[in-house]
Amino acid sequence: MAEALAIRIPPPEAAAEPPVIDPAPFVARSGDGTASILLLVDGIHCAACVQRIERALERTPGVLAARVNMTTNRLAVRWAEGSTDAAAIVGTLARLGYGAVPFNADQLADGEDHEGRRLLRSLAVAGFSAANVMLLSIAVWAGAFSDMGGATRGLFHWVSALIVLPAVAYAVQPFLTSAVAGLRRGEMRMDLPISVGVLLTAGMSLFESVRGGPHVYFDAAISLLFFLLIGRYLDRRARARACSVAENLLVLRGATAMVIEPDGRQRALQVGMLRDGMTVLVAAGGRVPADGVVAAGHSDLDTSLVTGETVPQPVAPGDRVYAGTLNQTAPITLSVTAAGERTLLAEIVRLMEAAAQGRARYVRVADRAARVYSPVVHLAALATFALWYGALAAPWQQALLTAVAVLIITCPCALGLAVPVVQVVASGRLLKAGILLKAADGLERLAAVDTVVFDKTGTLSLGRLRLENRAAIAPEDLALAASLGAASRHPLCQAVARAAGGAIPHLGVEERPGEGLSTRLPEGEVRLGRRGWCGVPAHAVTDDADGPELWLAAPGRPPVRFLFHDELRSDAAEVVAWLRRRGLRLELLSGDRAPVVAAVAQAVGIDAWRAGCRPADKIARLKALAAEGRTVLMVGDGLNDAPALAAAHVSMSPASAADVSQAAADVVFQGDRLGAVREACEVARRSQRLVLLNFALAIAYNVIAVPFAVAGLVTPLIAAIAMSASSLVVTLNALRLYVARRRS
Amino acid sequence: MSNLIFLIPAALVLGLLGLAAFLWALRASQFEDLDGAANRILFDDDTDTTDETSNRSS
Repeated sequence: MAEALAIRIPPPEAAAEPPVIDPAPFVARSGDGTASILLLVDGIHCAACVQRIERALERTPGVLAARVNMTTNRLAVRWAEGSTDAAAIVGTLARLGYGAVPFNADQLADGEDHEGRRLLRSLAVAGFSAANVMLLSIAVWAGAFSDMGGATRGLFHWVSALIVLPAVAYAVQPFLTSAVAGLRRGEMRMDLPISVGVLLTAGMSLFESVRGGPHVYFDAAISLLFFLLIGRYLDRRARARACSVAENLLVLRGATAMVIEPDGRQRALQVGMLRDGMTVLVAAGGRVPADGVVAAGHSDLDTSLVTGETVPQPVAPGDRVYAGTLNQTAPITLSVTAAGERTLLAEIVRLMEAAAQGRARYVRVADRAARVYSPVVHLAALATFALWYGALAAPWQQALLTAVAVLIITCPCALGLAVPVVQVVASGRLLKAGILLKAADGLERLAAVDTVVFDKTGTLSLGRLRLENRAAIAPEDLALAASLGAASRHPLCQAVARAAGGAIPHLGVEERPGEGLSTRLPEGEVRLGRRGWCGVPAHAVTDDADGPELWLAAPGRPPVRFLFHDELRSDAAEVVAWLRRRGLRLELLSGDRAPVVAAVAQAVGIDAWRAGCRPADKIARLKALAAEGRTVLMVGDGLNDAPALAAAHVSMSPASAADVSQAAADVVFQGDRLGAVREACEVARRSQRLVLLNFALAIAYNVIAVPFAVAGLVTPLIAAIAMSASSLVVTLNALRLYVARRRS
Repeated sequence: MSNLIFLIPAALVLGLLGLAAFLWALRASQFEDLDGAANRILFDDDTDTTDETSNRSS
């Protein structure tokens, strides 16, 4: 487990720039003069970090309480109002070297995990009851071989009933509610045979106690519930953990907007509180918080998350800009138009909802098994009753008892554990690799995939530009261009600076947003920027380049051309090749221009590609694939991919993806490597094999045990042993997933 | 056999005490931060007064 705890939350953007968010709007004030705030703290690794943070804060005058939750990396601070404030607290953390991002409790879906707590309470009740009733049961089993009298046995049975019946009534509820909900929709879930089995067992045992019969199965009923609740709780916890890490990723980018009031004052506001017509300042390097129209300023926007286009778009007053784009070069102000229904985001969300409805409701493997399993088992019990009552002319009580014994022995304990145990082991393994399994049935759906559709920018590529023709550029030109470029935040300029291995920025560089940079040297003016800015005639080059370009014009030298391409994820080609070897069909759908997409497709080795896809086009392509009978894994990150992510059979997105896309994806992976896709596919396939093997084991056990039950030979002792043994086998089998990893 | 009249209720009461303690711990958020609790035991001096879950604010 210790490894799993070390999962770091990577900063969403470049590591050097943690988001700077004004914490003031997130402060919650209570009536008694105290205020509190929740912060997500990055970089907590060990006890020493916790201690440093809590000590430092508690020494701050006015702070009443500070408590770090290491599991979730969240910090709660409470202080007396007036004596300190939120900004000071964030400042203290920053001095200690921890980045902190404020958030709202209602931003977290799982803030209070009610379902998990309910399962844990049921588990406690079932565990208490199972342990106590086992004391009595063992005495009864031992008594069968010694001299226990009927009266004592009867007393033990009644005490067992007293312990077990209320516990069953309480602990069966999670299964019963799910079974009933399934029946209402006309589905037969695994919870149905479980509920029927447990309730019948308890009922029959009560009947036997009344009758003074020798065999009661109270212990079987409650330990069955106990085992199954363990599986269910672990499953729930593994998923809650993945979801909380995923939510942390989103919170880390949650932002405030700087609103400019009509009187000129500036005020930080949570993005959700922005209204139409407000004026917002977007600093260079900041994200555009809402759809709007540029009111003042010129800049370049990185729209890759929205359109898939790698090259920044110049914007001027009057241009529309979309939430989620990144302002690159200069501050701009915009007038918000986001609150309407006609925004890009609203459009995307509508498409997404429509797409998600179109997705066929997936029936989980265990429930598919239950569709076959429960009728067979219940018919077998009925046949047993008919056999004993009709053919063997036994009294009806005995016939009923034997029939119920068949139900008990076939009660799907192992089947009920087969999926959750594998699920827990697999999601634990994926979590360590930085892959978050958000959807409960994500693994099962992933295992069935036969087609993978990739997005380009941000998925196959990093959305980061890189100098392509470095060899063709003279070193002194590169050095000169880099010294200019280092002064700008424009991604092309930054790429030049990176290519030169870092450069000291030239002083006195002037930037003209949308055009380029210029500076004065003793020998004349040097310019770095667009073709026109550098005075290069349009017909100077035959345009054979796919990607963006920059020109450098220096006095007395011919202009130099810099070409760029989008940097691929380091292992993209390797992963694509692996997927192809696995017999998967691969496609590339991008919103970018055709030549760029073609170049990337060729570089990673994907034959089928489409360029210029709008979100609706992507959905249409996925629908066409589904109509051909293919199950599709969609891997994408942009806002424009979100509907496709919701429409695909199963979807993955990197942690750098747009919020909406991350929320839509079933699996989120962290880090710069595409290998996560491969790892997830591999784990999914292997765990699917284990699940099927577990089913086979459980069924084999039934095939052996049922004839004994039909013959009326099963006593409570045999039932208890058989049930524990089959559960143990299934659990051990699932743990092989860990062993497989150690070896590899 | 009359021992049973004492022993069974005694066993049950003890078991119920354990159950009640667990349910109380669950309600008092003792299980919210298992990793933190595991590490907090390594804090090695007495000046630390932060280990009070009761006055946490949320």
